[in-house]
Amino acid sequence: MIILQVRNFSKTFTIHHIGRQVEAFQNLNFTLHKGEFVLVSGANGAGKSTLLRCLYRTYWPTEGKAIYRSCYGLIDLAHAADIDMVRLRSEEIGHVTQFLHARPRVSALEWVAEPLLHTMAYEDALELARTWLRDFGLKAELWHAYPSTFSGGEQQKVNLARALAVPRRLLLLDEPTASLDALARKALVDRLAQLKAQGVAMIGVFHHPEDVAHLIDREIQILAGPDGHIEMDEDR
Amino acid sequence: MQTLDILVPETSGYSYAFLDEFAKRELRRRMLKAIAIPGYQVPYASRELPIARGWGTGGLQVTLSLVGPSDVVKVIDQGADDSVNAANLRRFIVRMSGAQTTTDTTLATLIQSRHRIPEEVLHEQQTLILQVPDPEPLRAIESNISKAREMHGDADYGLMWLTLYEQLVRYKRVTLGASYPVTVHGRYVMSPSPIPRWDVPKLHQAPFLTVLSAGREKRLYAVPPYTDVRPLEFDDVPFRVENQRNWLCFRTGEHNKFMNEIPLAGGNAIYEISDSGYVNKRILKQPVGNTFFDDNAKFYKEGVLHD
Amino acid sequence: MTKNVALLNGVNTHPFQSLDLHHRHLLPAQIVTTKPLLQATGLVKKYGVIHAVSNVDVLVYPGEVLGIVGESGSGKSTVLRLLHLEDQPDAGKFYFDVSNDQSLNLFELDRAAKRLVRVFNIGMVYQHPHLGLRMKNTSSGNVAERLIVAGNRNYAELRLAARKSLQVSEFPLARMDDLPSRLSGGMQQRVQLAKAIALKPKLLLLDEPTTGLDVSVQALVLDTLKRLQRESGVSMVIVSHDLGVIKMLADRVMVMRNGRVVECGLTDQVLEDPQDAYTQQLVHAKL
Repeated sequence: MIILQVRNFSKTFTIHHIGRQVEAFQNLNFTLHKGEFVLVSGANGAGKSTLLRCLYRTYWPTEGKAIYRSCYGLIDLAHAADIDMVRLRSEEIGHVTQFLHARPRVSALEWVAEPLLHTMAYEDALELARTWLRDFGLKAELWHAYPSTFSGGEQQKVNLARALAVPRRLLLLDEPTASLDALARKALVDRLAQLKAQGVAMIGVFHHPEDVAHLIDREIQILAGPDGHIEMDEDR
Repeated sequence: MQTLDILVPETSGYSYAFLDEFAKRELRRRMLKAIAIPGYQVPYASRELPIARGWGTGGLQVTLSLVGPSDVVKVIDQGADDSVNAANLRRFIVRMSGAQTTTDTTLATLIQSRHRIPEEVLHEQQTLILQVPDPEPLRAIESNISKAREMHGDADYGLMWLTLYEQLVRYKRVTLGASYPVTVHGRYVMSPSPIPRWDVPKLHQAPFLTVLSAGREKRLYAVPPYTDVRPLEFDDVPFRVENQRNWLCFRTGEHNKFMNEIPLAGGNAIYEISDSGYVNKRILKQPVGNTFFDDNAKFYKEGVLHD
Repeated sequence: MTKNVALLNGVNTHPFQSLDLHHRHLLPAQIVTTKPLLQATGLVKKYGVIHAVSNVDVLVYPGEVLGIVGESGSGKSTVLRLLHLEDQPDAGKFYFDVSNDQSLNLFELDRAAKRLVRVFNIGMVYQHPHLGLRMKNTSSGNVAERLIVAGNRNYAELRLAARKSLQVSEFPLARMDDLPSRLSGGMQQRVQLAKAIALKPKLLLLDEPTTGLDVSVQALVLDTLKRLQRESGVSMVIVSHDLGVIKMLADRVMVMRNGRVVECGLTDQVLEDPQDAYTQQLVHAKL
């Protein structure tokens, strides 16, 4: 079952104060099936992260469509109403980034539990959050501390726990293994394998694709330059 | 022989009851409106009188526009018929109208009063006229009169209860004494003039007409006979009258009428019943009418005061 | 179903092929089928020759947090006052999902009816506590006032409700009977918040709720707001010139300038990929 179908997808940034347009990627076409794991590759600056952000609508796609099959029906992510995106982000589409945007004065545990509170009681959510933090190897003495004081690796663990604790249909993974120690990386890869088995479609950018090599079904390569396009490697 | 008498203008220049006919008609019209909208403050053209503003001119104008030769007038000041102010007003009314005068509550047809309602129950043929210094119950919470009128218009009285709330929080009891605000006919909140809390329940479903008039503020309002008048109260903190249970009138030996406290040298005090007309009748062993509160402080109507 | 097939086949059925940036927020919702809680259209407010607000539309869904950002004088607070029915606009309509009558334009209600809508459905927190609180009344009294206005005449219940509401807004209960003038800025904002939520309104309007507070207090108040929003599902419109505050709380953002909406979108989109020249300036000026 096709979960995502991207057609003629382009992103151009317009920077008004210098009057310039900067092209990120042009004319991407690909599909993503249920339970499929797709690696996005390309040179630095080719627009790999930008593609993920365009799908999450952190960036406005300039042209094209990204038809997504939600449980509510088909919807074009490039033209969906903001409120629809709010709904999809809280229920179906997850975005794992390298950056932590925790609110100040919120403990790591609460930060992880927060997205769970939509569907479960406070105590249950905390319990589940503890499980995830333990799995990703965050030291228990840090659970009640504020994540903004953490090291990069620790922040990433909190980030991952928060993003992966909730069930999703589509996961956008933006270098989730960066700055992780070996133990946490293994926990992450195990979790991704588990999600893949459950049918979650995943598209991701990885610094070290070899970490997830056994999960990758296909690779999409974004070519730099104005006529960049995608090569699909079906055999991988 | 010519005397100075010829230089004195004839008294026929005055209308009956001092006020000219236009003024009395204005007052009567305003009173009709006030009776039609119980508790609503009706503005009126307050006239100059030969007493100063603040000495009962509001009540006096109402009395003068209602009085006739067959009326019997009683004037009370803080319960007393014999204070200077009451005596002056009474003499002026009688001189200008030819009405009779009395200190006996049961005999009077018009009772003009400052700060008290008599102890004896008034009947349907009697009219009570209360002098009002400040007719606006919302003054303390809204100093802007235009805004206060909007609040009356919207029946926006929440802040009055907030005042009670604050007193309960700070003093554990309601500290409002005189001028205890009341809701009339379930609609307008009204200041019953500075009568003590003791007198407030007397207005509820009363058989008599009450007209309240403020001469300086140029507003009058009324409580028609048999109208609901409820003091503001919380469901669980009922309104209570002053507790004077252990006070004894040194002149009559009675309990449970509203008392004046007379301080004595040395810090003690003795008490006398504030209603002097009632006291005089008791001293002269004359029969008195039914009183609002009996000797056991029980109110004459059931279900008005919680106890 | 036919429509879905058409989409997959690449046939363009969407009316917004090349979108005017400023009207992207008017895209019709497909997934969210609940009616908007609040729908204000064509708001215009003039003060003399100054157009404080020109043709502004506001749409808020149940449980959603909408941020309004802009510099001083951009008209954002005026929009909030219009939504709070404090001011009458020169033009515009305001529908609110409060009664059975969905076609009721709240701007056409009379003063008393507006007051009732406000009391029962809308809570407001002002930047300056003296606008939202009665400084001569106790803190608990300020909260209880809401319930009194709503008709509660039971002292014990009022005490309890005030206590509960203050607790929810994380106010130290030992000080519930202090005058607001004796409280710190953060505590005053909590009293305002407790008052605003006392009747569990559907909509909470916040006008620069943390401006002027210490950074640490600001974080605590923001956290309270977030928790409250999550637990009660109340919709919020929060006005702030502080992009950080908006980022923490809002799902969507409207950027205003000179009384107009220059951009509207998902919070992270507006902050990270602003389309409008002014928004880019604003975002890049952030410390």
